[in-house]
Amino acid sequence: MKIGVPRELHADEQRVATTPDVAAQLIKLGFSVAVESGAGTRANFSDKAYEEAGCEIVTQTADLWEQSDIIMKVRAPEDGEAGRLRSGKTLISFLWPGQNPDLLDKLTASGATVMAMDSVPRISRAQKMDALSSMANIAGYRAVVEASQHFGRFFTGQITAAGKVPPAKVLVIGAGVAGLAAIGAAKSMGAIVRSFDTRPEVKEQVESMDAEFLMLDFKDDEDGSGEGGYAKVMSKEFIEAEMALFAEQAKDVDIIITTALIPGKPAPRLITAEMVESMKDGSVIVDLAAEQGGNCELTEPGTVAVKQGVSIIGYTDLPSRLAAQSSQLYATNLRHLLTDLTPEKDGNIVVDFEDEVIRGTTVCKEGEKTWPPPAPKLSAAPAKPEPAPAPVPREPRKPSVMGPVIGMVIAGIALLSLGAVAPPSFMAHFTVFVLACFVGYMVIWNVTPALHTPLMSVTNAISSIIVIGALLQLSSPDKVIMWIAAVTVGVTAINISGGFAVTRRMLEMFRK
Amino acid sequence: MTTQGLFTLPQGVVTVSYIIATILFILALGGLSNQETARRGNWYGIAGMTIALIATIFGKVSQNYDLLIVALLIGGSIGLLAARRVQMTQMPELVAILHSLVGAAAVAVGFANFMDPEAHFAGVELTIHDIETYIGVLIGAVTFSGSVIAFGKLSGRITGNPMLLPARHWLNLLLLIGAIYYGYAFVQESAAGGGLNPLIIMTVIALLFGIHMVMAIGGADMPVVVSMLNSYSGWAASATGFMLNNDLLIVTGALVGSSGAILSYIMCRAMNRNFLAVIAGGFGTGGGAAAKSGGEDQGEVAPIEPLETAELLSNAKEVMIIPGYGMAVAQAQHTVFEITRTLREKGVNVRFGIHPVAGRMPGHMNVLLAEAKVPYDIVFEMDEVNEDFPDVDVSVVIGANDIVNPSALTDPDSPIAGMPVLECWKGRVSIVLKRSMATGYAGVQNPLFFLDNTRMLFGDAKATLDEVLKDL
Repeated sequence: MKIGVPRELHADEQRVATTPDVAAQLIKLGFSVAVESGAGTRANFSDKAYEEAGCEIVTQTADLWEQSDIIMKVRAPEDGEAGRLRSGKTLISFLWPGQNPDLLDKLTASGATVMAMDSVPRISRAQKMDALSSMANIAGYRAVVEASQHFGRFFTGQITAAGKVPPAKVLVIGAGVAGLAAIGAAKSMGAIVRSFDTRPEVKEQVESMDAEFLMLDFKDDEDGSGEGGYAKVMSKEFIEAEMALFAEQAKDVDIIITTALIPGKPAPRLITAEMVESMKDGSVIVDLAAEQGGNCELTEPGTVAVKQGVSIIGYTDLPSRLAAQSSQLYATNLRHLLTDLTPEKDGNIVVDFEDEVIRGTTVCKEGEKTWPPPAPKLSAAPAKPEPAPAPVPREPRKPSVMGPVIGMVIAGIALLSLGAVAPPSFMAHFTVFVLACFVGYMVIWNVTPALHTPLMSVTNAISSIIVIGALLQLSSPDKVIMWIAAVTVGVTAINISGGFAVTRRMLEMFRK
Repeated sequence: MTTQGLFTLPQGVVTVSYIIATILFILALGGLSNQETARRGNWYGIAGMTIALIATIFGKVSQNYDLLIVALLIGGSIGLLAARRVQMTQMPELVAILHSLVGAAAVAVGFANFMDPEAHFAGVELTIHDIETYIGVLIGAVTFSGSVIAFGKLSGRITGNPMLLPARHWLNLLLLIGAIYYGYAFVQESAAGGGLNPLIIMTVIALLFGIHMVMAIGGADMPVVVSMLNSYSGWAASATGFMLNNDLLIVTGALVGSSGAILSYIMCRAMNRNFLAVIAGGFGTGGGAAAKSGGEDQGEVAPIEPLETAELLSNAKEVMIIPGYGMAVAQAQHTVFEITRTLREKGVNVRFGIHPVAGRMPGHMNVLLAEAKVPYDIVFEMDEVNEDFPDVDVSVVIGANDIVNPSALTDPDSPIAGMPVLECWKGRVSIVLKRSMATGYAGVQNPLFFLDNTRMLFGDAKATLDEVLKDL
C-alpha cells in the first residue's frame, strides 16, 4: 500500500507526519511512501533527504491524495483536504473528534477509515504510539525555552566578580508529561523548581527529578486522579486551598508554567489577575493550556501578552516550534501504529477491531462512525491499582524463641549421654572434632563469595585426606582389603591432583 | 608384591606431621578470603596434603609400595588431565564428580576396615566403632550416589527437572527407618562376629536415598545441592577419621564439612528458602500462586535491536552487567568481556553484579568471568551494588531471570517472595537478553520484562552480543 504525506496547510504548522529516517523504516514494513514536495522543509527535512530514504516526491497535492491508500497528517484535515478523502482510503492524523463533530461527520460520509492519534487509548501497551505524550513532552521543554526567552535573568544562580546572581524560581503547575518535561528542563538550566499537582501519586516522580513537591495543607485526603491518568475536577474546598497556595507562591516565584488540563472540560482557572499583579516585574507565565482557554485569567491564546510587567505566553503551537524534534517523535508514533496495523509486514494494513488500541484509535471505519469507542478495559499497570489488600509485607516467619532453646537442650542431653557411655579415647577425638568444626566455621565466613567455586574445589581436594585410611589398609595381609585399598588410593589420587590442579587453574584466572 | 619399607618414621614424627598438615589446611581455607592470598592458600593445601601423604607412607605403610606408587601415579595423572581439560562452564560437573570419589573412598575404607581381621575392640568400644563405621559408610554412600546424579544433571545427561515420585517424603522416611533398623542389626551382629549383610543392605539403601534426594531437586537449586554434597564429603572423611582413630581425618573432614554447610546456608539465604525445603525438592509445584501470576495479562514487552543496544551502551556512563546461567550456556563470557573492554576504553564505567545463586554452583559466575579475563575488581556481589542501581544508566541482564524478578519483593504470594534480588529496574534502562519469553526456573512470570524501562533483546546471548560488539 502507498502512504502519502501531504504538506501541512495550517499557517503555523511546521511539523510533518514522517521524517526520512522513519520513512525508510516504513518502506521496510512493505509500504511505499510518497511525500508532497516541500512537506518537510519547515522541519528541516529536504525533498532530497526523503528521496534518498526511498520516498517518491509528488509535486501536486491532488495527485498525492489520489494515489495514496494511507494519508498521514499532523493536523486534522482542512476543509479542502477533507473533500479529497475517498472511500477505501485511510487517514491518520490528530483529529479531536470531540471538539470537531462536523468534521467527523464529513469524514465519515466520505466512506474512508480515519484514525485519530489523539484517541489512542492510554494503556501501557499503546505508550509507544501515544503522540499526545510525545507532543506534551516537547511542549513542556519548549515552555521553559520560551520562558527563558522572555525572562531577563539567568536561570542558574552564580557568584561572580560583579556580584551574586540568585537562581530563578520556577513553579510548574500540573506534573503530567508536559509538567515533568518542564521540570526537567528548568532544573537542568539551574533553576529552583517547585511543582504542584492534585494527584498525590506524582509526588514521587516530581521528587525523583530533584524538584520540590508542594503539598496542600488540606484535611481530607482528596485524590485528584481521574480515569486514564488524567486529573479530575476537585471539590470547592480543595480549590480554595489550592488558590491560596498559588497566591502565596506567585509573590515568590519568577516563572510559572501551567499545564493543568481536565479532559473534556475547559482548562481550570488557576492564576487570577490579582496573582499576576502580585508577581514581580519581569516575571513570566507560560500557559500550556492556552488552547483550552488558559489556566491564567489574562492569557491571550496564540500570543505573548505583557500585563502589569508580567509576560504571559499563550502560544498554542509549542510542539510545532520545535518542528524537527516533534516531527521525528510523531513520525515514530505513527510508525508504531502502522507496525501494529500490519501484522504480516507486507505493507497491507488490517484494521482489527479485536485489538483494543486499534479499536480505540479508529473514529470511523468505511463510512461508519465508531467514535466514541467503548471504555477501554483496564490493563496491567493502570493509573491506579485497586485498593486491594494493601501490600502488607508478609510477616517474616518469626524464629520462635523456643526452637533454638529446645534444640540446644536436646543437643546438650545427647552430648551428655554420649559422654556418659563413651570411652575417653572417643571423647578426645570428639573434642578435636567439635573444635575443628568451629575453626572451619570461623575461617569459611571470611571467604569472599567470588571464590566460592575455588573453595569447593580445594575443600574437595583436601577431603581426599581420606586416602590416609586407604594407605593404612594397604599393608593389610588380607588380599581383598589390599586391593580395595589400592583402588581407593587411586580414586582419591584423582581427587587430590584434580582438585588442587583445577583450583590452581581457576585462581590463576582471577586478575585485576 | 611384598616389598619392605626402606625405613619407618617414628610415631611422634608422624603425629607432628599431621599437626602441620592440619594447620596448612586451615591456612589454605583462610587464604581464600581474598584473591591476592588465594593462590598461596592453594599451595598451602598442596603442601599439607604432601606432608600428610609422606608421613603416612613412610610412617605407617609397611608393604606393597609398588602397588601404592602405581595407584598414585594412575590416579594422579587422571586427575591432572581432567583438571587441564575441563571447560570452565563444566566446573560444576567436575566438582560433583570429584565429590562422588570422596564418597566412594569413604565407603571402600569403611568396608575394608570392617573386614580387617586385625581389629580388636570389645564392649562399648566395639559398639562405638561399629557405629562410626556404619555412619562413615552411610554418609559416603549418600555422597557417592548423590554426586553421581548431580553430575548427570549438571552435564545434561539426566534431565534437570525435578523428578517427583508420589509420596516421596514417605519414601525418604522409609529409607531412613530402614537405615536405622539395619544399623541396629549391624551392631548386634557385629558383636557376634558377623554383620556384613546389614552393612551391605544399608549401603544399598543409602545409595538409593542419595539418588532419590538429588533426582527430586531441580536445576537452579543445584548450588545448594553441590555445596551440600561438598559438606557430606567432609563429614564422610570425619566419620572415617573416628573409625580409624585418626585426628587428621577428623579435623580435615570437619573443616570441609562446615565449609560446605556454610555454603549451603549462604545459598539458601540467597534464595530465601529453607534448607530442608530445598532438600525435600519439588520447587515451584506449589501451583496456585505461580499459575496466577503467569496467567495475568502483563502487558507488552518492548523489543530492542543489537544496534540500539550498542548505542545505549556507548551513550551510558554507568553500565551494570548481570550474568546468569544463560551466559554460561551460551558461552558468551568472552564476548561480554570484549564489550566490557570496549566500553571501558570509551570511559563507560562497566561493573558486574553477581547474585549468590546465579549459575549452578556457588561462585560459578565469578569463575566464568575470571576465565574471560574480566578483572575481579569490577565484579561485585549483590549487596555491594544493589543500592547503586538508581545511578545506573543501562543494566544488561544476560540469561538470568528469577534473580532480577521484582515480584520477589512486591508480591507476597510469589513462590520466590522474599528472595533478595538485583534491583536493576531502579536503573534507567534494563536490557534483558533472553532466548524466548519462557519463565525462569521458578516458573514465575517476571514483571521486569513488561516494565516501561525494560527492553528485550531476543536471541542466543552469544550471537546477539557478538552483534552488539560489532556495532560498538
